[in-house]
Amino acid sequence: MSDKQYTVHVCQGTGCVSGGSEKVFYSLKNEIEDSAFDHIHVKRTGCHGFCQQGPLIVIEPVGIDSQREGIFYTKVKTDDVSDIIQSILPKGKPLVRLLYKDPATDKPIPHYRDIPFYNKQERTILKHCGNIDPEDINEYLAVGGYKALRKAIFEMTPEGVISAVKSSGLRGLGGAGFPTGRKWEACRKAQGDGKYVICNADEGDPGAFQDRSVMEGNPHSVIEGMIIAAYAIGAGKGFIYVRAEYPLAVSRLKIAIEQARQEGLLGDNILDSDFSFDIEIFQGAGAFVCGESTALVRSIEGKRGMPKAMPRPRTTEEGLWNKPTLLNNVKTFANIPLIISNGSEWFSKRGTEKSKGTAVFSLTGKVVNCGLIEVPMGATLRKIIFDIGGGIPGGKALKAVQTGGPSGGCLPANMIDMPVDFDSLTKAGSIMGSGGMVVMDEDTCMVDVARYFLDFTQRESCGQCIPCRLGTVQMFKILDDITKGNGRPGDIDLLLELSEAIKRSSICGLGKTAPNPVLTTLRYFRDEYEAHIHEKRCPAGVCIGGKEIS
Amino acid sequence: MEEELLEEILGSYRGDRGELVPILQEVQDNLGYLPEKIMLDIAKFIGVPESHVYSVASFYAQFRLLPLGRKRVAVCRGTACHIRGAPQILNTVEKTIGLKEGETSDDMEYTLETVACIGCCALAPCIRINKDVSGEMTPERAKEVLLSKDDGGQDVG
Repeated sequence: MSDKQYTVHVCQGTGCVSGGSEKVFYSLKNEIEDSAFDHIHVKRTGCHGFCQQGPLIVIEPVGIDSQREGIFYTKVKTDDVSDIIQSILPKGKPLVRLLYKDPATDKPIPHYRDIPFYNKQERTILKHCGNIDPEDINEYLAVGGYKALRKAIFEMTPEGVISAVKSSGLRGLGGAGFPTGRKWEACRKAQGDGKYVICNADEGDPGAFQDRSVMEGNPHSVIEGMIIAAYAIGAGKGFIYVRAEYPLAVSRLKIAIEQARQEGLLGDNILDSDFSFDIEIFQGAGAFVCGESTALVRSIEGKRGMPKAMPRPRTTEEGLWNKPTLLNNVKTFANIPLIISNGSEWFSKRGTEKSKGTAVFSLTGKVVNCGLIEVPMGATLRKIIFDIGGGIPGGKALKAVQTGGPSGGCLPANMIDMPVDFDSLTKAGSIMGSGGMVVMDEDTCMVDVARYFLDFTQRESCGQCIPCRLGTVQMFKILDDITKGNGRPGDIDLLLELSEAIKRSSICGLGKTAPNPVLTTLRYFRDEYEAHIHEKRCPAGVCIGGKEIS
Repeated sequence: MEEELLEEILGSYRGDRGELVPILQEVQDNLGYLPEKIMLDIAKFIGVPESHVYSVASFYAQFRLLPLGRKRVAVCRGTACHIRGAPQILNTVEKTIGLKEGETSDDMEYTLETVACIGCCALAPCIRINKDVSGEMTPERAKEVLLSKDDGGQDVG
């Protein structure tokens, strides 16, 4: 790290970059380099999470000066650069105009640690996103990076690593929640050489960006997790499958992989051991269905990304190029170094009985504080939306929360005290999903939301199986008619019948879960459908001559 | 010229089947789309039927078989964008540049697309012009961004 007295962290996540943080970063750097302020160090960091307030800057003193510890500036522009530098000089004072203001009291809160959005979270996966430079491996090493890899290779057997992951209780954070250790064990035991490890970074759910932020903010944590996985299952080659819509994540990962190779952490004879493993980046080409494991594998093989029909061998038995393949999500891999370093017990202390550890959510929609958050599994929706999210803007009432993207569902406001974990969400008709959480207020029409998701799935259906290809289109047409005021009596029954058929007979997860947004809105908001169909009225004022819809 | 470029691109590949998507991506990065002739040459290089290259190119949303305008305008259709007014933004953009989704203007100035999610959900609703993302759009701001002279060509990296 730096021996200078102050470090100015400039967030360079995609959200802040879109607000001009790159210009702020270079302008600060130039101004400091041109002057004699050699006690100030400017640092590029990944996503801080509070994207809505961006571009963000955090100023940390390296010495002891609690008055100035973690000063948090929001919506910074290049015009503010000189004043920011002045504020760090000996007689400088924090710039009140750039401080975060409590939306309830309008009082400025100078310190990062006092802002409710941050201090009500528990950040473990995200701990270093926002305070290390993602383009400098030394910063990751300085916070203990790659120690877990050393420990795994030199102090643990592959079976020992798998057993640690198993006893941690970690479940796949890509959405389905399959126990990670069991998957690793299956892949370790699978016959055949030339095994693969693949990181699924095809974060396709609209409304979710947590995987992107982890890759942009702490790419080495993902890479280290993958290397440990490869050691555990006996793989020699890995891929990170990233969506093409994430150019910044791709470029940060490329830099990180190259630096890891130079440090002897990737490639032949890692850390002079006899274990060899390397990683390649594969960019997805814009197909939501490629988040499904067999479709993703086919895509890397240079084929159309269409899932394999059941029954089929598991990917752990027969995956990429028919070799045993371990596929895990970005956040699942990012948890691995933490579990190996701190122990399984440390990990399983957080969470509920069956969902251990933390969950990372992209909190968006009609909520005061939008951004990236991390809470222990089992935190309530109330804590997430009101304590961290600051509630609903404009004095409006909460109507629903959507989790799990197009495969998930909408939960009504009266379920606000429900704990958020894999099993509770599934029981309520939604899913954990990869971590999108979209808050909806009284101005959101639930029929329009259902229509929106079916529009998405019918576009993204790969077209291979009939229930999904034709069924989702029919559902979309019915919903479209209802929102245009052309709904007919019997439409609700027809939607239920189609949902049942599509769920039962589609070959992959995309089809099997596609009706969920319709089923949950019918379960909890049936009256809104009825108002549209029988009274030709949209209670939220969105459809039928309300606000214009596309 | 296109042929020379293709030769240069193919120079760094071995011709494995698994290289098809990366090759198509690199060609499109350079030419903006995938010309038919080039796809035929790629099929020969990898040793797969021409229909296979076409089937892959037409499957993925990223690939374009027609040339694109100088300003590629993508309106985000993500969930957060949708409930914070993306339909109205799309409507404004369509009216401002006189195109529907998927169309390119005759003068090759604009192409209008929609994208499933840019991942800038905390700043919804968003639009992207070439590589620049602009968040917290209103119909008025969308118009301003569209008509500004900046072509958004800078790489975000």
